[in-house]
Amino acid sequence: MSVHPDSPTAVRLPRRELLRQAALVSVLASCGLLTAREAAAVEASAFDQKTLDDAFKALGGKPEASKGITITSPDIAENGAVVPIAVTSALPNTQEIYIVIAKNPMPLTAVFMLPEGADPFVSTRAKMGQSSDVYAIVKADGKLYSAVKETKVTLGGCGG
Amino acid sequence: MADPMRIRAQLKDGLTEVRVLMAHPMETGQRKDANGAVIPAHFIKDVKATVGDRVVLTAMWGPAISQNPFLHFKFKGAKAGDKVRVTWTDNKGDTRTDEAAIA
Repeated sequence: MSVHPDSPTAVRLPRRELLRQAALVSVLASCGLLTAREAAAVEASAFDQKTLDDAFKALGGKPEASKGITITSPDIAENGAVVPIAVTSALPNTQEIYIVIAKNPMPLTAVFMLPEGADPFVSTRAKMGQSSDVYAIVKADGKLYSAVKETKVTLGGCGG
Repeated sequence: MADPMRIRAQLKDGLTEVRVLMAHPMETGQRKDANGAVIPAHFIKDVKATVGDRVVLTAMWGPAISQNPFLHFKFKGAKAGDKVRVTWTDNKGDTRTDEAAIA
């Protein structure tokens, strides 16, 4: 007897398999068996998320607001194609810094992995389609923290 | 082959400050050309900076990083004359590595 595609078994099995694999990956990563690059590849799909909530989910949950993070971006960006964004973290044990632009077509913009000895600071330039909140998310001691700043854009960076 | 990066690394009070300017179109895949055809995405996905065997920064980027990307970061524990080596890889598999001595 073939399993009907809508039957609960057909739906449940791949999900269980997915969870099993996810658990395996996290175990390997915590044992240090995966290199930074391989561990990071787990998050590659996070860049494809189209909404802020989905992007947060892909990063591992909604971050907690923290005063230990400083995000520097202009109040008003004249040119959305080049918006300077800098993030500094004062949180102990800062491991990763993410930049998320809420209203961009794909909110997750950049992920920085800071090994031992790296200063918890990064600065780069990003494109912004429209005025939006810019989130700086910091992973410190395995937990996610965030700071947010609104940047107004007078000329979008996604025109063509 | 892509154009070379411009890298500047300066040591100050034990902290090495690195500024990198890469040459890349960073096409998002969202834009359309004059005929309405989508211009395919072409952007840097991975960036890695090393000093000798030691990794000092790894980054994963999406297409929303600006054209000709700029990157600024700092790390401890290197000395003047050490070489900072930066490598990027884009979504088409193109890659480029450049290095600069810490001043």
